[in-house]
Amino acid sequence: MSLVEVRGLKVHFPIRAGVIFERTVGAVRAVDGVDLDIDRGTTLGLVGESGCGKSTVGRALLRLEPATAGSVFFDGEDVFAKTGEELRRLRRRMQMVFQDPLSSLDPRQSIGSILAEPLRTHDVVAGPALDARVRELLDVVGLPTNAVSRFPHEFSGGQRQRVGIARAIALSPDLIIADEPVSALDVSIQAQVVNLLEELQQRLNLTYLVIAHDLAVVRHISETIAVMYLGVIVEVAPSDTLYDEPLHPYTIALLSAIPIPDPEVEDRRERLLLVGDLPSPANPPGGCRFHTRCPFRQPTRCHDEVPALRELRPGHQVFCHWAEEVAAGQITPTYAGSVPAAEA
Amino acid sequence: MASGPTTGTSTTGGPDLVETPGGAQPGPKPAGVVEREFTVAVRSQRQMILRRFLNHRLAVASLIIFIALLMGSLIGGRLWHYGFADRTGDYSQPPSLKHPMGTDDIGHDVMALVFRGAQKSVQIALLVALLSTTIGTLVGAVAGFYRGRADALLMRFVDLVLTVPSLAILAVLASVVGSKAGGWFFVAIVLAGITWAPISRVVRGVFLSLREKEYVEAARALGANDRRIIFRHLLPNALGAIIVNATIVVAVAILTETALSYLGVGVQRPDTSLGLLISDGQGAAQTRPWLFYFPGLVIILIALTVNFIGDGLRDAFDPTQTRVRA
Repeated sequence: MSLVEVRGLKVHFPIRAGVIFERTVGAVRAVDGVDLDIDRGTTLGLVGESGCGKSTVGRALLRLEPATAGSVFFDGEDVFAKTGEELRRLRRRMQMVFQDPLSSLDPRQSIGSILAEPLRTHDVVAGPALDARVRELLDVVGLPTNAVSRFPHEFSGGQRQRVGIARAIALSPDLIIADEPVSALDVSIQAQVVNLLEELQQRLNLTYLVIAHDLAVVRHISETIAVMYLGVIVEVAPSDTLYDEPLHPYTIALLSAIPIPDPEVEDRRERLLLVGDLPSPANPPGGCRFHTRCPFRQPTRCHDEVPALRELRPGHQVFCHWAEEVAAGQITPTYAGSVPAAEA
Repeated sequence: MASGPTTGTSTTGGPDLVETPGGAQPGPKPAGVVEREFTVAVRSQRQMILRRFLNHRLAVASLIIFIALLMGSLIGGRLWHYGFADRTGDYSQPPSLKHPMGTDDIGHDVMALVFRGAQKSVQIALLVALLSTTIGTLVGAVAGFYRGRADALLMRFVDLVLTVPSLAILAVLASVVGSKAGGWFFVAIVLAGITWAPISRVVRGVFLSLREKEYVEAARALGANDRRIIFRHLLPNALGAIIVNATIVVAVAILTETALSYLGVGVQRPDTSLGLLISDGQGAAQTRPWLFYFPGLVIILIALTVNFIGDGLRDAFDPTQTRVRA
């Protein structure tokens, strides 16, 4: 059984109108029916463009955002059914690493106090043992012990993210949700933080949900990757498979946006460009959500029939009516959507 | 998007590759004592606050002047050979050696009056600042943190307090309780009842913005309860705004007390306050300026010094103030 099982998760944000008497006039469907499984000890990468709802999925898993529908099972326990003290206890086992390490650390708290906070709120240890645990955590993430009495603003971005990671592992959780853990960092620092995350995973047998938009980072760290578009998951595959043989048109377009570090190849290869903007999640297109921008759009089915997430190959799920035909090359991208890289 | 280090200090700018343990550590931590390190760090945080305050020269100077003023009026009032209620027999005398601040038209020694007035005014002002800041912070914190119905209810009440003219309330109070309830304690409570409203507004605003901060969310994800979030994360970060407002209230309280005295619910004669002295001396500003300027000077001194002390406190509690790290 998977450590985390998400079924039909929906998070809708109501749009309200009216000055005195508020009424709900619609909803932003940030997450609109997501199924996910994360096995213990593995990493699931969740990618997608800005505003596709990937962060909201992570926040909903931790109950930081109320879910509209669906269920989340964590180690067999229904997360959404927990309240009060039970929820607090469950939170010990699911922690989060935030995107911006400066704004996620209280500027008035010393590093020692930040790292002691999870231990104090859950009464795990106290007194000298608490001090020892804090020092141990600093050591684990590669920060000097004397960081204890210093404040977040005295550290660099990478060091701050190490503090954020140390705080997340303080309670020895099973699951860590990392929401864009490295996108606020310098490229030179990103690798270090990613390596630290991997090292900790092996050492502490952690399970990760890594949310990111950087395909290279996600490929490096994840066993499985889920691609999200406009509130739904369009493709799930083992990470190498996804990069080698993407099946969903959106994934194909995403991957073709990565430049190839060889000018000759880069000049000749065809890039698949997506036209238009991300449609409003308050009013998503009917049928397949991607049909308004899909270069492989077909006259039938695409705009009137919602596709199913089908498992085409073992462990490889695709949310497209025509995935087989696209893969077989029977459907070619329309001219408007495809431009040679040199012209683009 | 990604906000870089906004308060980039020169010691932490380089890549993480050169993170050297303690290499860029300007703190006063002794290296040897490993066992007690954490407790030492906690104490040094308190010392840092003290040091940051002591390094704020204006604030320290203000504190000294303020304390001198307070002690002067307390001790001076007792030592001075005229009491504040004594009639000296010298009427409307300009400052002289016998009466360093002159006398008023019924023969009171102005120096004795100023001693007494400063004592009463500071007493009232500090109590008002304490009460109104406490109430205002509490109401603002609850409204800003819980939002929704609690917020709407509390803020409409604040609107009420703000919009109903305070002088009208005071006039009614004056006629109801009359001079029986006079006395500085009553005055302070009435003033606090008016001045807490704007503070609650400010604190609510600060809380509304702070509660959306990522570190609050992080605390919640860690399993911190509301009380912990409010007292450990929101309140310390709102401290700057709260302190500044408290210092403003001190000045406001001293001046508003005048209006109360004028209406007969304030400090009762023959007792006096700085506000009362000012309003008495106003008409004489041209002809007998000493009646007006001496109490006025003391009010200005009190307001200024309290403001600077507030500034110093605000900076002292802010760990990002690295200006005076020595």
